[in-house]
Amino acid sequence: MAGAGAGGNDIQWCFSQVKGAVDDDVAEADIISTVEFNHSGELLATGDKGGRVVIFQQEQENKTQSHSRGEYNVYSTFQSHEPEFDYLKSLEIEEKINKIRWLPQKNAAQFLLSTNDKTIKLWKISERDKRPEGYNLKEEDGRYRDPTTVTTLRVPVFRPMDLMVEASPRRIFANAHTYHINSISINSDYETYLSADDLRINLWHLEITDRSFNIVDIKPANMEELTEVITAAEFHPNSCNTFVYSSSKGTIRLCDMRASALCDRHTKLFEEPEDPSNRSFFSEIISSISDVKFSHSGRYMMTRDYLSVKIWDLNMENRPVETYQVHEYLRSKLCSLYENDCIFDKFECCWNGSDSVVMTGSYNNFFRMFDRNTKRDITLEASRENNKPRTILKPRKVCASGKRKKDEISVDSLDFNKKILHTAWHPKENIIAVATTNNLYIFQDKVN
Amino acid sequence: MGEEQGLRQTQLLDTMFVRGLKRKCFDGEEDIEGTLAGFKAIPSYNLQRQSLLDMSLVKLQLCHMLVEPNLCRSVLIANTVRQIQEEMTQDGTWQMINTHSAGQTSLDRLISTDILCRSSKEQAEGKLVPVYSTFAKDCEGTQSQDNSEMISAVTSAQAPRNLQSNMWEMENPQENRGNFQKSLDQIFETLENKSPNSVEDLFSEVDNSYYDLDTVLTGMMSNTKMGHCDVLETFPSQTTTNSNSNCKSDLNELDHIVEILVES
Repeated sequence: MAGAGAGGNDIQWCFSQVKGAVDDDVAEADIISTVEFNHSGELLATGDKGGRVVIFQQEQENKTQSHSRGEYNVYSTFQSHEPEFDYLKSLEIEEKINKIRWLPQKNAAQFLLSTNDKTIKLWKISERDKRPEGYNLKEEDGRYRDPTTVTTLRVPVFRPMDLMVEASPRRIFANAHTYHINSISINSDYETYLSADDLRINLWHLEITDRSFNIVDIKPANMEELTEVITAAEFHPNSCNTFVYSSSKGTIRLCDMRASALCDRHTKLFEEPEDPSNRSFFSEIISSISDVKFSHSGRYMMTRDYLSVKIWDLNMENRPVETYQVHEYLRSKLCSLYENDCIFDKFECCWNGSDSVVMTGSYNNFFRMFDRNTKRDITLEASRENNKPRTILKPRKVCASGKRKKDEISVDSLDFNKKILHTAWHPKENIIAVATTNNLYIFQDKVN
Repeated sequence: MGEEQGLRQTQLLDTMFVRGLKRKCFDGEEDIEGTLAGFKAIPSYNLQRQSLLDMSLVKLQLCHMLVEPNLCRSVLIANTVRQIQEEMTQDGTWQMINTHSAGQTSLDRLISTDILCRSSKEQAEGKLVPVYSTFAKDCEGTQSQDNSEMISAVTSAQAPRNLQSNMWEMENPQENRGNFQKSLDQIFETLENKSPNSVEDLFSEVDNSYYDLDTVLTGMMSNTKMGHCDVLETFPSQTTTNSNSNCKSDLNELDHIVEILVES
């Protein structure tokens, strides 16, 4: 798997595909807001600001072309959410898809949950490759035949047709969130899931849409006392009673649903004491956790704050076991980043299938990978400049100060509008999906 | 703060806000300038801190957009403002006058954009449910005007419950009217310090509150922010929003309208 290839060499990442418009003029609706592989890795879903979901499917591996894995091609596109208007508050409800989570496949159809700020929807994606032909009362185009012209009877038969992929909303989970939903997470029991907004977390049953249970509520009685919000939440991959949620103050709380109905008292509190030498007015903002992800094993969890990625052992609450600096050179630029609001960007992070490498995005269309075993890290760029298939990506380097070496980029020339917030790693293979503002890049490791 | 000036200050702020600098005990501004030898015409730490405060206040004001503002961002900015204010209070550099004027404008904005109604249940209990008013309270300083205390609002959390509890209370129109009256009283109390020039001005700032009750009572929905006067104008003939009439007579008229609607 990634990180330790044959002979201990590091993996080499190659360009595979890029999806999306080529021109620099980005239509607002095309901005990618979430990326997620399904459990087998065969399907890759993206959500955008326009409320659409696009699903790509990996084509079956071609036996003759053994040097590359199957390509991802569009499988289904549908409008998941529409813009709404909240009449009571005179505010728009954005149709932007905040998160997509796949359900494990149980039958021929695929199911996923998609959510915007207020409403979660369960979508069924099914294939149709046959259609009935030979009706007695209908023509092939659907017009009804004159019954008097029917002289013989026949039995309609199924004939193959071009593959049609249909997406239909099976459940709509609405009206349970006052604040903006930031996370959804499917429980390991595959029957329930949680949805988290800024102040509350609700537990749903996938079959029941008119009821949800509130399991966390951090709204203060007096809203003027509000100083902390929920930023992300996730169920444990194996324990169906355990979930975590992160906060804007850099804490993670682990809760056990068996302890009480309302999990306001955490079972564990993960927090790293602040480094006094790094204290500034921006300390709290950069400590705010933008993403939390359990490892596949369930033993660790990873958090992303503005400047770093931290790996926590669930058995140790007082500090993370590993910390990786994503772009420490930005620490001296925090005031500028506060002014242009970049300091509030919410970067996500992800694990590879074997939990040995973690990945997260940065600015200038850079993304970073950290190998937990070798302690080596790499910075790569998602750019159309390298878009010949199987072109090996060249590692990038940012020069913090002083003399800039050749091929290095100085901090001041970084493009802060080009941010990679969403990345995803195939659950089994070394295939990654990296979303720039409106393009989706797929990279693979070099297969010899 | 001009753009160029702001940018320059920001760039300098970047150099200032490095590790440890904030927590030093400053004997005077000379110390700071001494340690930053080589820089020319550096604004003092206090000025830079003030600049950060101003920037934060501007950011909070810009939060009121068509789409509901990002709560996380607002909370983080508000916390930053609080931090700065705490430090400035300790330093003794907290300037009432500056922030009072800043607070005043923000207070206006808060009143005009926040929902100023309460659920019927809370009205009955006479409880105040303050809105998340960011730094309104802080900016008042020691001059705690009644405004900030009296700003009663339901957070958006209450809104769905409002609808339900109001509908549920439709069965007792008498009670409903009483509640309606109470909420109007509250709103008037809140705004009495503002001494509105006309009734229209008064009502235009509380349109959202009437929204709630109006939509319930009349089943009326609109996708524009209607001032209360607009709402009244859609009622058949009964109402004449005479801007010279005082609040109380308008109140009685509204009462009358509600009675008609509820019983119809």
